Amino acid sequence: MIIRISKKSDIPSSEITPESAYINRRKFLGASAGIGAAAFLGVGSPDMGPFHAASPIPGAGRPRTPQDLEPNTWEEITSYNNFYEFGTGKEDPSKHAHALVTKPWTIKVDGLCNNPGDYALEDFITPSTIEDRVYRFRCVEAWSMVIPWRGFPLADVINRAEPNTSARYVAFETLWDPEQMPERLWRPRIGWPYREGLRLDEALHPLTLMVNGLYGKELPNQNGAPLRLIVPWKYGFKSIKSIVRMTFVEDEPPTTWATQTPGEYGFYSNVNPDVRHPRWSQSREKLIDSSKLFGYRWQETQFLNGYADQVAHLYEGMDLKKFF
Amino acid sequence: MKPDPAVPGARPRRAANPRRQILLLKTAIWAIGLAPILWLAVSFFQRNLGINPVEKIIHIQGRWTLVFLLAAMAVTPIRRLTGWNRIIQVRRLIGLFAFAYACIHFLAYAGMDQLFALSYILEDVRDRRYITAGFAGLVLMIPLAVTSTRGWIRRLGKRWQRLHRLAYVAAGLGVLHYFWKVKGDTFWPLVAALTLAGLFAVRVAYRKKRPPRKKQH
Repeated sequence: MIIRISKKSDIPSSEITPESAYINRRKFLGASAGIGAAAFLGVGSPDMGPFHAASPIPGAGRPRTPQDLEPNTWEEITSYNNFYEFGTGKEDPSKHAHALVTKPWTIKVDGLCNNPGDYALEDFITPSTIEDRVYRFRCVEAWSMVIPWRGFPLADVINRAEPNTSARYVAFETLWDPEQMPERLWRPRIGWPYREGLRLDEALHPLTLMVNGLYGKELPNQNGAPLRLIVPWKYGFKSIKSIVRMTFVEDEPPTTWATQTPGEYGFYSNVNPDVRHPRWSQSREKLIDSSKLFGYRWQETQFLNGYADQVAHLYEGMDLKKFF
Repeated sequence: MKPDPAVPGARPRRAANPRRQILLLKTAIWAIGLAPILWLAVSFFQRNLGINPVEKIIHIQGRWTLVFLLAAMAVTPIRRLTGWNRIIQVRRLIGLFAFAYACIHFLAYAGMDQLFALSYILEDVRDRRYITAGFAGLVLMIPLAVTSTRGWIRRLGKRWQRLHRLAYVAAGLGVLHYFWKVKGDTFWPLVAALTLAGLFAVRVAYRKKRPPRKKQH
C-alpha cells in the first residue's frame, strides 16, 4: 500500500487558532516561561485578522487548541533554528540573524506567469487576508515543535501572478548576501543561495502558507523574516526562509539539499514515518518541550505530519519510497 | 628537603624537577578532564544548555572524547619530535579520560536521549551507520582501558603495544562517527581527521627513520 489515508480527521480547518487562545495559554504558563512570554504578553496586534473574535474566558484553563496542539514557547521557537546562512549551530541564527536587513524587501516573481515583476514586500502581502494558524513543524532531524504562524495562503500570491498553463512547479530562493551573512568560521559549501520548490498543486494547497508572523508578532529574522514558506506536511527544510524570488517553471526545479545529498534528501520530502532517512529513523520525533527535565518528549511521527486527510490525495498513485 | 627554588612562570628548562613537571602536567590533565563535566552538570541543573540540552550534552561529550583520544595519540609524536621522553607518563591518564568521555557520551545517548529503550538503541547501533561506527570505537576502547594497568603492561609485554595500536582504529571510528553525524558542516570533523592523519604520519615517519630494531634479540 502506498498511500495511507487516515480516517480520523487530525487537523480540521478549525485549527486556525485565535490569537487570544494562545495568549491565554501564555498567561497560563507565563510565570515560568521567561523572556518568551514577556516578549509578547500584552501585545495588542493592530492588524487582527478575522479569527480574533473570541476573547479568553478567565479561568477557562487550557484554550481550545484542537487535537492538543499546544504551541511551543516563543523562546523555543526563536532560539533553536536551522538557518545555515547564519551558522550551522542551532543557536547561531538567533545570535547572528539580527544582521539581516528586512526593510526594504523585494520579491522577484518571474518565470512562466502573466504578472512577473519585482514586488515590494508590502504589495506582496497587503492584498491577502492574514490568518493565524497553529501547525506542527517536523524537522528532518527528527525533532518537532508546534508553531503558531501568521500568514496567508501561498495560493493568493500564485493566483495573482497568474501562472501559464505550462507552469508545473514553483521554485523559491532565499536571500544570499555574504555581507549580511558573513562566514564566521566555515560555512558548508552547499551551493548558495538556498533553493526550494514545490509542485504547483502542493503550492496551491490551502494548508501551504506564506508566513510573515509568529505568535501574532512580526516574524523574527532567525525564523525567516520577512517572508517564508510553511508547508506543514513536509520536513522543515522545504519551508524556505527569507524569500527573495519565486519562479514558475515547467520542470522540477533543483533544490539545495536534494542537490547536495541526493541519497538523503528528495524533492518531495514529505514527512513519512515509513521512509527512513539513511542516517536515522523517521518513525518518531522529539517534541521540544522545555518544561520537561530533558527538554523534549518522544512521540510517534504521523504520516504527512498528521495532515494526510488534507493532502494525501496529492500523492495518489505515487510510490513515496521512490519519490521521498 | 631543600626549599623549592622554582618560581611559577619562570621555567628553567634543565633545572626543573622532571617529576614535578609530570605532576603538574597530570594535575592540568585532571583539571581539563573534569572541568567540562562539572560545567555540563551545573549548566544542566541551571537549565542553561539551551532548548535541546540533551543534544548539547551529547555533542560536547563527544567532542571531548575526540580531544582526549587525539591528545593521547599525540603523546608519542610529541615525544619523538621534542625528545621529552617522560611525557609518556601522562599518556595513560589522557587515554583513560578519553575512555571515560566515550562512556558518558554513550550513557547520555542511551539514557537521556533514548531513555534506555533497548530496542531503539540496538536498532540504532545496527542501522545508523554513524552510531555503528561510534559504538564500535567505544567497544574497541574497552580492552585498551582494561589493559592500561601496570600489571597488564608487564603481562602482555610486546603484545601490549600491538594491542594498543587499536587506539588508532578507535580514533578513526570516532572521527568517522563525527563525519557521518553532521549535515553539511564538516569543518570540525575534517579538523579531527587531519589531526589524526598528521599524528599517524609522524609516527610512520619515525618508524622508517629508525633502522631495524628486531635484530636486537
